[in-house]
Amino acid sequence: MAVDPNMPVLIVDDYKTMLRIIRNLLRQLGFTNIEDATDGSQALQKLRQANFDLIISDWNMEPMTGLQLLREVRADAKLKHIPFIMVTAESKSENVIAAKEAGVSNYIVKPFNAETLKGKMVSVIGDF
Amino acid sequence: MSVKNTVDPDLSARLDELRDTYGDSVKVEDVADVVGSLMSTMQGDVSSTDMELYSELESLASYIHSAKAEIASLRPDEVKDKYLTSASDELDAIVEATADATNNIMDATEIIEAVMDEVEPEAAAKLMAGTTKIYEACTFQDITGQRITKVVGALQHIEEKVDALIAAFGSEIDKFKEANPDPEAEGPKEITDDDLLDGPQLDGQGKSQQDIDALLASFD
Repeated sequence: MAVDPNMPVLIVDDYKTMLRIIRNLLRQLGFTNIEDATDGSQALQKLRQANFDLIISDWNMEPMTGLQLLREVRADAKLKHIPFIMVTAESKSENVIAAKEAGVSNYIVKPFNAETLKGKMVSVIGDF
Repeated sequence: MSVKNTVDPDLSARLDELRDTYGDSVKVEDVADVVGSLMSTMQGDVSSTDMELYSELESLASYIHSAKAEIASLRPDEVKDKYLTSASDELDAIVEATADATNNIMDATEIIEAVMDEVEPEAAAKLMAGTTKIYEACTFQDITGQRITKVVGALQHIEEKVDALIAAFGSEIDKFKEANPDPEAEGPKEITDDDLLDGPQLDGQGKSQQDIDALLASFD
């Protein structure tokens, strides 16, 4: 079954420019229902107020990092099923392992291109 | 082996007096004073062990004195005030300028993207491919921003160490400054060609285009 392009997606990054870039790339991929947050705690608040089918989050944010957000999401019975893609400049293997252990669905290293973003999204939500 | 076990009781008593005055922990800048106080009280008959200790202390005092003068001559206060602070400000300005530039590029790209609905599918596809490339390239700002933030963190760490150095050698630095006054502080000097090359100015430090136009017009 093809993915609904109207599926709600939450993007999280403390760099407003990065949010704008991801939003535009997602729009070019056909996604129109995009919300954003500038750190993990704001994202968590939005996740508890509305339904989302995908989270695309940066790691290095304050006060709540992307890894902490991931752990909170996976520990929450209502949220733990949501696919979570980490998009970060942290490219050491220990980071990837920590994210995997916390339950990340996929991992994108910055800088990235639209093809990588689409490929990782397809791997976690299906073809579109 | 403790000093008390090797020196005579009189010297040991003098060391105890110094300990009462300065405590067990002596600041670097006070070490020379401590050694001086000890040497000034050493008189009369002294043992060979006392003499050996005296000699060691004398060379230690001399070493500390010259080390303090050398460190003071490096002017750690100037490194902090003139260079470290300026470097951090310049790096912050880079982040701000690249963020502004990236947002301007994005504004222009979104305008181009909006035209896609008004053109033939083939042209729209080309515009889509081009604008996607621009968005991808714009991710540089996030990466450079994070790298610069790391450098600013390293500079802050160096600044803390320099602060500690200034606190430890403050009086020596003042003495050095007194003996070697800054020529710039002594009054206006002739501006050289090299002085005129200082790179882009930070906000508030340079003249605006309007100021420059007014300045040029004042020559007419």
